[in-house]
Amino acid sequence: MKASIERSALLSAMSRAQSVVERRNTIPILANVLIEAEGETVNFRATDLDIEVIDKSPAMVEQAGATTVPAHMLHEIVRKLPDGAMVALSDDGTSGRMEITAGRSHFSLATLPREDFPVMASSEYDCNFAAKAPVLRRLFDKAKFAISTEETRYYLNGVYMHASQGADGLVLRCVATDGHRLARIDADLPIGAEELPGVIVPRKTVAELGKLLGDDEASIAVSVSETKIRFATPEVTLTSKVIDGTFPDYTRVIPVGNTKRLEVDAAEFARAVDRVSTVSSERSRAVKLSLDEDRLVLSVNAPDSGAAEEELAVAYGDQHLEVGFNAKYLLEIASQVDRENAVFMFNSSGDPTLMREGNDDSAIYVVMPMRV
Amino acid sequence: MDCDAFYASVEKRDNPELRDLPIIVGGGQRGVVTTACYLARLHGVRSAMPMFQARKLCPQAVEVPIRMGAYIEASRQIRALMDELTPMIEPLSLDEAFLDLTGTERLHKTPPAVQLARLASRIQAEVGITISIGLSHNKFLAKIASDLDKPRGMALIGRAETSDFLKGKPVGMLWGVGPALQQKLAQEGIRKIDDLLRYTAKDLANRFGSMGLRLYDLSRGKDARKISARSPVKSISRETTFNKDTADPEVLDGYLWRLSVETADRAKAKGKAGRVVVLKLKTSDFRQLSRRLTLETPAQHADTIYTVASRLLQAALPNGPFRLLGVGITELGDEAAADTSTDLLDISAPKRRAIEAATDTIRAKYGKEAIKKGRALK
Repeated sequence: MKASIERSALLSAMSRAQSVVERRNTIPILANVLIEAEGETVNFRATDLDIEVIDKSPAMVEQAGATTVPAHMLHEIVRKLPDGAMVALSDDGTSGRMEITAGRSHFSLATLPREDFPVMASSEYDCNFAAKAPVLRRLFDKAKFAISTEETRYYLNGVYMHASQGADGLVLRCVATDGHRLARIDADLPIGAEELPGVIVPRKTVAELGKLLGDDEASIAVSVSETKIRFATPEVTLTSKVIDGTFPDYTRVIPVGNTKRLEVDAAEFARAVDRVSTVSSERSRAVKLSLDEDRLVLSVNAPDSGAAEEELAVAYGDQHLEVGFNAKYLLEIASQVDRENAVFMFNSSGDPTLMREGNDDSAIYVVMPMRV
Repeated sequence: MDCDAFYASVEKRDNPELRDLPIIVGGGQRGVVTTACYLARLHGVRSAMPMFQARKLCPQAVEVPIRMGAYIEASRQIRALMDELTPMIEPLSLDEAFLDLTGTERLHKTPPAVQLARLASRIQAEVGITISIGLSHNKFLAKIASDLDKPRGMALIGRAETSDFLKGKPVGMLWGVGPALQQKLAQEGIRKIDDLLRYTAKDLANRFGSMGLRLYDLSRGKDARKISARSPVKSISRETTFNKDTADPEVLDGYLWRLSVETADRAKAKGKAGRVVVLKLKTSDFRQLSRRLTLETPAQHADTIYTVASRLLQAALPNGPFRLLGVGITELGDEAAADTSTDLLDISAPKRRAIEAATDTIRAKYGKEAIKKGRALK
């Protein structure tokens, strides 16, 4: 194999690869990236056996071929090379080394045979559709903070993506919850996604998807089967197993009869929550919301450290209500609001509370109060 | 430090009319002597003796019911006085404790024997009961010494006189040598402590295992056990070893619930709640597994502990079969904020908490077995 590739293209491919490759591996080949040069591209393929990412980079290929080298090390090398450099990769297939040359820098990395590299089995996808990057970005970005990290509830360790009936017709819906809070985000159902099976996309895949989506408007090809999901752009393909489990019936969790409505400037609210929670004990982080007509008092009373209180002018027209929340959860949901005011719908101090942006039901959040 | 006929002494202190009468503290449900005063002991009355027998031996004895509260209070007062001497106190019971006085001579500017004599007279003056002291260079000898000169005794076994002291004493005096072992030793011709001196450590280890090594040391007046000062309770847990190893989720579930209830009962009694729920398992091949989960708010309810432990158990099931299961809570704190967070996905949790509160009321009134979940019968 002999190929030359521009440093920035190589860096972007290796950034993707190294983030999939686990830092510690008991199987040596899993620490490596598979480099395949053919035609006018070099493919970089990395896997942790659950996720596989393939990056196609334009390159000048003098001699087709393939090899594998340690992903983190190659990434570090490329990262430290000067911007704009051309990087030559070559492997004679016999020395057990891949040579990397850029300007006057020269490196030689130990290789492992390409035949040992596990390639994720291709599978039949039941459902294929195209979605704009910003749509997917919103669906996953707004839901991911609620993903559970609790391993015993592995079926919550991801975002549940499925087709569902929304208020105005069918929607593509992403739901995540850890039992303390829940996010339910809807988007118009793309053509072709009507038969989408419900799948739980693992947390790590959601993070990798975020990198793949970037900031542009590209169209993403999404393919889904019972066991796998694939997101592809012309350059990058991200394939992941989905979590083998049943996502709980979240619809029972979403309160429908909450009538006490609070409207507040989300940013102002978040700053106030952040300020008063400074004095709360590290552990409970409970913030009390006391509501009276058009007035919200946020308070924290931590017997060991102190107390704090802040008053906000809000829109509230119902009877007096006191309700406590974990400050962290309030901050997280408040930070999801970016256009309009945050609207909270309460029932009582013991019932789940709903939050949305204005009257927009396409992104709703549910948070469980704490007793204060 | 060992109090003299502790319960009886407290009773005599609180009721001076009893001072010159033989008294027996005890009776109650099981009808046995808990403590007899020294006057009653002259007639042959002993602790743990059935009441009817004690009455036969000493018909004139006054029977006094147990007043645990008074004994605990007296014990606390004594503890406070001991605390002034050293922080290294290992209580064995309400009326007995080891004190490590190493290094206290410089602090109190007087030797340990004097400190202890002063302690005894202060306890007599301030608490109104008498104690006996045994002073020596290790726990085993100190304990023996405390019995030598009872009541109001003070005995000292110095390092130099240790071997002379042990010479000719029966092996039953050694710590851990009960009637069964005594018999076994007798078969080998070992009746006195000095009989043990004839054997090497290896011989004794071969014949009596780890106990043999202990006998070797003790017979030479050596005991390396440290005084372990009381530490605050760090966790509350219950565990059980099965009669037969099991991997059956149903069987395990029954045990899990019962252990959760027992853990919760203890936590409730202590007014504690734990932020971390711990599941302990021992597999058939003696591998020990421990799984833990940190909660948002501390757990005290059996239902909360069980729900979390059950999730941990589900994940650990593939490691079965198991020979032991344990459940506990740790990172203990105040119960005030216990069981206050609710899982969004566990809609019936508040109802189950209310049920537990109601069943606790019933159990408090009619006994722990008065009402239980069907799951407890699995």
